[in-house]
Amino acid sequence: MARYDEKLLIEIEEREEEKIEGIERKELNIPNLAEREVIRHFIHLSQMNYGVDTGFYPLGSCTMKYNPRILEKIARNEKINYVHPLQSEKNIQGCLEIIYKLEKMLCEITGMDAFTLQPCAGAHGELTGLLIARAYFEKKGERRKEVIVPDSAHGTNPASAKMAGFDVIEIPSKQGMVDMEALRSVLSDDTAVFMLTNPNTLGIFEKNIVEIAREVKKKGALLYYDGANLNAIMGITNPAIMGFDIVHLNLHKTFATPHGGGGPGSGPVGVKSFLERFLPVPRVREKNGKYFFDYEMPDSIGKVSYFYGNFSVLLKAYAYITMKGKKLEEVSKKAVLNSNYLMEKLRKAGVEVPFYGRRMHEFVVSTKNLNIRAMDVAKRLLDYGFHPPTVYFPLIVEEAMMIEPTEDATKETLDNFSNAIEKIIKEPSEILKNAPQNMPVKRVDEAKIAKKMILSWKDLKKS
Amino acid sequence: MQKTMKKMLDFIGIKSIEELFEDIPKEIRRGLNLPEPKEEMEVEEEIKKILEKNKSFFEVLSFLPIIKPHYIPPAVEEIVSREEFYTSYTPYQPEASQGLLQALFEYQSVVCELTGMDAANISMYDAATALGEACLMAERIKGRKKVIIPSNIFWHKKSVLKNYVKGAGIEIIEKKYNEEGLVEIDGGQADAIYIENPNFFGIIDDRYKEILEMKEKNDALLIVGVDPLYLAIFNPPSFYGADIVIGNGYLGNHMNFGGPMLGIFACRKEFVRQMPGKIIGANDEEKLCFSMTLQTREQHIRRGKATSNICSNEALLCISFLAYVSILGRDGLRKIAIKNMENAQYMAKKLEKIGFKLPFKRKFFNEFVSICPMNAKIFNSKLLEKGIESGLIIDEYVRNGILFGVTEMHSKNLIDECIEKMKEVIENDGKI
Repeated sequence: MARYDEKLLIEIEEREEEKIEGIERKELNIPNLAEREVIRHFIHLSQMNYGVDTGFYPLGSCTMKYNPRILEKIARNEKINYVHPLQSEKNIQGCLEIIYKLEKMLCEITGMDAFTLQPCAGAHGELTGLLIARAYFEKKGERRKEVIVPDSAHGTNPASAKMAGFDVIEIPSKQGMVDMEALRSVLSDDTAVFMLTNPNTLGIFEKNIVEIAREVKKKGALLYYDGANLNAIMGITNPAIMGFDIVHLNLHKTFATPHGGGGPGSGPVGVKSFLERFLPVPRVREKNGKYFFDYEMPDSIGKVSYFYGNFSVLLKAYAYITMKGKKLEEVSKKAVLNSNYLMEKLRKAGVEVPFYGRRMHEFVVSTKNLNIRAMDVAKRLLDYGFHPPTVYFPLIVEEAMMIEPTEDATKETLDNFSNAIEKIIKEPSEILKNAPQNMPVKRVDEAKIAKKMILSWKDLKKS
Repeated sequence: MQKTMKKMLDFIGIKSIEELFEDIPKEIRRGLNLPEPKEEMEVEEEIKKILEKNKSFFEVLSFLPIIKPHYIPPAVEEIVSREEFYTSYTPYQPEASQGLLQALFEYQSVVCELTGMDAANISMYDAATALGEACLMAERIKGRKKVIIPSNIFWHKKSVLKNYVKGAGIEIIEKKYNEEGLVEIDGGQADAIYIENPNFFGIIDDRYKEILEMKEKNDALLIVGVDPLYLAIFNPPSFYGADIVIGNGYLGNHMNFGGPMLGIFACRKEFVRQMPGKIIGANDEEKLCFSMTLQTREQHIRRGKATSNICSNEALLCISFLAYVSILGRDGLRKIAIKNMENAQYMAKKLEKIGFKLPFKRKFFNEFVSICPMNAKIFNSKLLEKGIESGLIIDEYVRNGILFGVTEMHSKNLIDECIEKMKEVIENDGKI
């Protein structure tokens, strides 16, 4: 990775100011730069950034798979870039067709009966799904107040439940899985939804899922599938047959659309047929080969985002699924093989795997038994040229490192990564604590940054 | 079986991949009924064929408002196409993400400059969800469970807002607008008052003194919805007392059939700990460096008590926004803003010449309402037959009112050509 002392944009020498008369606003501290200087600035910044194309990026829970270039090419098209969302239906038939067909594809992959593509990210999908659940119970005249989540759940689950107006009940895990006793003890007529990721955040498949679904339904509650880990099970099983009623997917994880440095993502929500009437408007329908918007949905929750979702992301996912077709199954198989292989490698290297057993597409190790901080290993991995795994998550494992290699990692990459960890855990603690050494900056003191509160270049000038 | 796979299976100590899935009960196994895989070339052709059915701005001229076509310099697309940016994820490891972090810090800085606020996050999904989050934030600060909004906001936005505040039980009170197209701002005991500038009718709200006085009287937070280009030439919301500023960060980003969009979110420093979303901070001791900051507000740490559930955001669109602003610079931005305003005024005048009427007498930026001299629905569909998408009909606000959006891409020549066709429609079908 390159190292530059890259100036801030406001520190770069400006071109001459022009006189612009007659405007209300006098002060505007945005620099006038030559295009050449701007391009150099951003090229330098890009060279100080690690992406999937830079190297192995086994960030657990995030499914950092390769983003095929064809997806980018397809999305760079005037026929999308310069298409307005409020154009008349006859001039947007292409977009409507993509939406309609992608919904059908996602129905097939998840087993659900209907999808909305409107949510812009996974957490946004969760909120949408829970608002649907809320509308469903309101329609039935029930006021169920509680959402149950396991203590291993993604933080977005309880946060979304709270936003949708539910009380959150967290249940402890047992052997890394849902504790049936704990679940039974909190399920009640007040339970609206049980949210679950399967495989869960430890990478373990919740094999009691059929029984879980039965218990949840016995109480008249709904079962929600957090689709963050769908990459493990495509073509093997699906959320519908497991008994889930509502599903969100993360197209930027499972279907190879780029993560964009944090977004845009896309979080479509699928439901079983009895919940379809509550989906956001508009729905896209087809009649005699013509596609149209349907706003006539009196029970719909309304809208969750400005228009119809992150369309260019949807298009990329459509292209990816079309390319893979039924071979999506092999994506999952390879992802699971890579994950188990790497787990065995690390285990043989002396790294502890809590709740050891088969894993799906990801796994969690702990560095606690080695008396090493997971964060130190993560930082040292940077010196070896790897992006570190997710650290300190899930919360139920101390000194956790959550590793998801995805189907794209070659055996050679997995071996190299494992060898690096094997070396690192034997290195003197001095080296680990002072890592990284080979990055553009030394270890960043995040606590100090939180304390200083320098949040824009205005603050910098003051300090 | 491939040799490599065999080696991997041997190492794990199993005979087939199938064994890895033995935790999944047989009764819930289900295969995929999808077509055979396709070659890249086939997929590209197939999708091209589908998208051919769309008509872009270059084929069918449009005056639709809210998001609009803008010229984006190629340099912006080059910058945002750098794979180090777009194939990376949320910068959880700051040492490996200094480039992205610096760019996002600069984005925050530019948003702070434009809005006059002290802090900005690195995006919400769009302006509608940003408004929802802003109202939730105001409620956390004031605890009154009541927000006041103008009745004239785009109904999509209103619908999203309702969904966002439902869980918190916040009541939304709609204020009627007057004959000038502006709402009388009087808050009462609310968490927040929301205004837009320019507003949904395109009108510039320059009642700065009144807004400030009202704000001081009411003690409610002032949330202002803005257009970032407008801010290049008009006073920022900080000038009239804004506490939170939201907006649609379309600069440098294509329309893309309405998504992804970028939701701008900025506020005054005293409220920063109540902000939703991710924020980048800097340390200027020794070498300048950056990381995400104040993360204890966020869902991955605070879970059910987080300020928002947002995780994935629209970070890449922040980069194109920043790149656009940097390439244009202060002067370029101002010139584009002036051009937008001039073209819109030109269009409005031309429309008046063929019988349209402006219902509001206030100054407008690059959107405006004009009353169609004939039934607006018939007008729009007849115009469509001539290959032009008119503006958005807003009958529910102004009878036969059409909301037009005009940018630097609607040159005077294009407008003239279009006005000719509009005139034909009115002459031929105006009696219907």
